[in-house]
Amino acid sequence: MSDLTINSGRKSEKALKESIFLFFLYFCVIVAIVTLMTLIYDVLSNGYNRLFGDYEIGLITKLQIDNPGDFLTTLDSRDPLKAGIGPAFAGTIWLMVIVVTATFPLGAGAAIYLQEFAPKNKLTRFLELNLTNLAGVPSVIYGLLGLAVFVRLAGFGRSVLSGGLTLTLLILPVVIVASREALKAVPDTIRQGAMALGATKFQAVFGQVVPSAIPGMVTGMVLGLSRAIGETAPLIFMGALTYVNYFPDNPLSGFTAIPIQVYNWISYPQAEWLNTSSAGIILLLGLLLSMNTLALFIRNRFEKDW
Amino acid sequence: MEEENITSVNEKLTSFDGDKVFSAKDVSVSYGDFVAIKNVNMDITKNKITAFIGPSGCGKSTLIRTFNRMNDLILGAKVNGTITYQGVDLYDKIVDPVQVRRRIGMVFQKPNPFPKTIKENITYGLKVNNMTDNIDDRVEKALTQAALWDEVKDDLDKNALELSGGQQQRLCIARTIAVEPDTILMDEPCSALDPVATKKIEDLMQELVKEFSILIVTHNMQQASRSSDYCAFFTTKTSDDGKRRTGELVEFNETSVMFTTPDKELTEQYISGRFG
Repeated sequence: MSDLTINSGRKSEKALKESIFLFFLYFCVIVAIVTLMTLIYDVLSNGYNRLFGDYEIGLITKLQIDNPGDFLTTLDSRDPLKAGIGPAFAGTIWLMVIVVTATFPLGAGAAIYLQEFAPKNKLTRFLELNLTNLAGVPSVIYGLLGLAVFVRLAGFGRSVLSGGLTLTLLILPVVIVASREALKAVPDTIRQGAMALGATKFQAVFGQVVPSAIPGMVTGMVLGLSRAIGETAPLIFMGALTYVNYFPDNPLSGFTAIPIQVYNWISYPQAEWLNTSSAGIILLLGLLLSMNTLALFIRNRFEKDW
Repeated sequence: MEEENITSVNEKLTSFDGDKVFSAKDVSVSYGDFVAIKNVNMDITKNKITAFIGPSGCGKSTLIRTFNRMNDLILGAKVNGTITYQGVDLYDKIVDPVQVRRRIGMVFQKPNPFPKTIKENITYGLKVNNMTDNIDDRVEKALTQAALWDEVKDDLDKNALELSGGQQQRLCIARTIAVEPDTILMDEPCSALDPVATKKIEDLMQELVKEFSILIVTHNMQQASRSSDYCAFFTTKTSDDGKRRTGELVEFNETSVMFTTPDKELTEQYISGRFG
């Protein structure tokens, strides 16, 4: 009986410490979530009407917009209530297409080589180390690189192609690292099993290992892409335009992208521009959120339990 | 010139009709400075089951992997001595390890089906070996031979990872025999299985040995005595300074002799459970 009393005394002291610590952890989570929620609420209340029209809830700003849905397709204008995000939206889609087309073969190829075929020597280790370093380079440096290499040297000009390739360079290290992780997760017994059947190394890697790793590689790719479309600095640095009144129709067209357009609008003095840029942010957030959901879906749907 | 050699090697590999499939002479395997097993001399008889037994770390698995050049895949592994397979030196420069593995199949310790359908597990080996004629017949034949057909014939499109451990291992045997090798190496194929599944694999081996030569590494003494025709007992020897342990072959004999009147005292001690 007395033992029990002693035990419960210790226990309550311990329980107090634990609950204080737990409270601290909850607090950290709440700070993060409240910040995010505040941001989203602020953006929604400023931009919802500009994007979706006559709708009133709480503090949402009421604007007189004739055709709110046109925001996605119309051209930029000097009137904040008429300005559309069309060219920037199209520019971002162009960028996404170019980034995916360039990143998937390059990223997957580099990852497969480094993970499956590269000899374990100093050169390989040097490459791996630099890959990790590249992932930490500030994005504006990539803008400088894009300006020098794609705009000037390759002569692509300040085009959507140069922009896409610049963003490709930016996310390549991240994509390569994620793809290597996906390949690493495929157990060695699969490689050995394939080779014991008389498969060459090449056949084992491309017939068994890579197909098993594809979901993980695609997830990394999508996450890299969602980083790319949110980038502003490298695009401005390599010379993306800020006022575009046409839709880019080929890879060498001049272009702008959603984040640049938003940045541009928000710098104007009239109050209505706040609503217009918020509407742009909602669009960007929607794009990012759906891509991250896609990544999550792929990961959960195809995840393997070896 | 080189091409001619390779053709003749392949011909030799397939046309051999002797009694000994493998012949190992003074075989040692080392990883860097570490000698895993040394001075192995043995002849493996065709269409028999040969079991490798011995305590952990005696190099049984290492040795069996040299027989189909799976050791090539391990960084720093080096084989000295000669291993001939049906009269061909497996480590000759002109021998292609991929060709070797096509003739000498391997089943691993842990079932390792590909994360694909049951059917695709079989067809993968057929595809890499250009055996794509009559694919459905080949799949059925292999699964039947592996005593798995009746259990899976209605779910050939089911993911192989959904099968039980024993079924997965029989699937791995099925995909190995589907590519029509001459010899099957088994590296502790039952160590991850329950006794019922183990019994099934052992029965299966008795069927398969009519068509294939089988080498099996096992920790299970009863398994060796029940199912093998020949038995090789390995042990480890510690170097004089006590730092290195190297495996060596103690006795190679008919299983019936080995488990009743072994030549070496060490073998008797191990088999009767007094050491190891």
